[in-house]
Amino acid sequence: MNEVPLTHILFLSTALFFIGMYGLFTRRNLITMLMSIELMLNSVNINFVAFNKYLFPDKLDGLFFSLFIITIAAAEAAVAIAIIINLYRSHQSIDVDDATEMKF
Amino acid sequence: MNTSAIIFYAIATLILGAALLAVTTLKIFRSAIWLLFSLVGIAALYFWMQVEFIAAIQIVVYVGGIVVLIIFSIFLTQQSGKEMAKPATSKIIFSALAALLGTAFTYNLINHYGFNTLSAQPFNTSVNEIGTQMLSTTSHGFILPFEVVSMLLLAAMVGCIVIAMKPTAANIVHLNKKED
Repeated sequence: MNEVPLTHILFLSTALFFIGMYGLFTRRNLITMLMSIELMLNSVNINFVAFNKYLFPDKLDGLFFSLFIITIAAAEAAVAIAIIINLYRSHQSIDVDDATEMKF
Repeated sequence: MNTSAIIFYAIATLILGAALLAVTTLKIFRSAIWLLFSLVGIAALYFWMQVEFIAAIQIVVYVGGIVVLIIFSIFLTQQSGKEMAKPATSKIIFSALAALLGTAFTYNLINHYGFNTLSAQPFNTSVNEIGTQMLSTTSHGFILPFEVVSMLLLAAMVGCIVIAMKPTAANIVHLNKKED
């Protein structure tokens, strides 16, 4: 277990976060952008659990943070998908380039 | 390199490969399936870190909930077999550059900091312990965020119904009649 240092888990979550960021920058479709955001939230969860396990094993705070992040991510995904479906109904498209009425 | 380390690197490869494919493939349905594999890999990582409760929550909420919701919304909003437009080359280059620079910067920071993991204490993550602390009202309890999050879930549920509801003329008349 102690063969893998904490830094390697942090490298993994860093790479996952920036993969999500790359997806958020290049995608123009709302559903795929939502998927990229899920990847970024998951990388933060890995960080919380890893720090909790390796640095403060006598506490459980990191675990609770990731539990609450998972809950909020679920609520966020549900609201986002409701908005996407509503946008599709009014614009017949879920491309961010097609919804420019409020663009300044 | 022992078995545990080999398992960790295999899981890391699975997570990163699936995530990369999820953000680069041009078919939206395949993208959702690759996201599914990546999330399963993250659940496996939690199992590897011996936090079984979080791993179970990850599988139930993400794999069983969010990915299914995403796939449903793909079916509702567009043709799943159709290819999406390829992003502009300049955009790909600059996004990849930004991501690589960010990764390199953070890698450098983590590498130089070098966390000293002192503890040989056991990490107690039994469901018993988690439940007791979640509902305890002492200074280390999490009862207040627990209740706030339940209000948030209720608000999200009502909000989803209101946003996605289709206001037809018949519906409005029906609602007005009820109020009278």
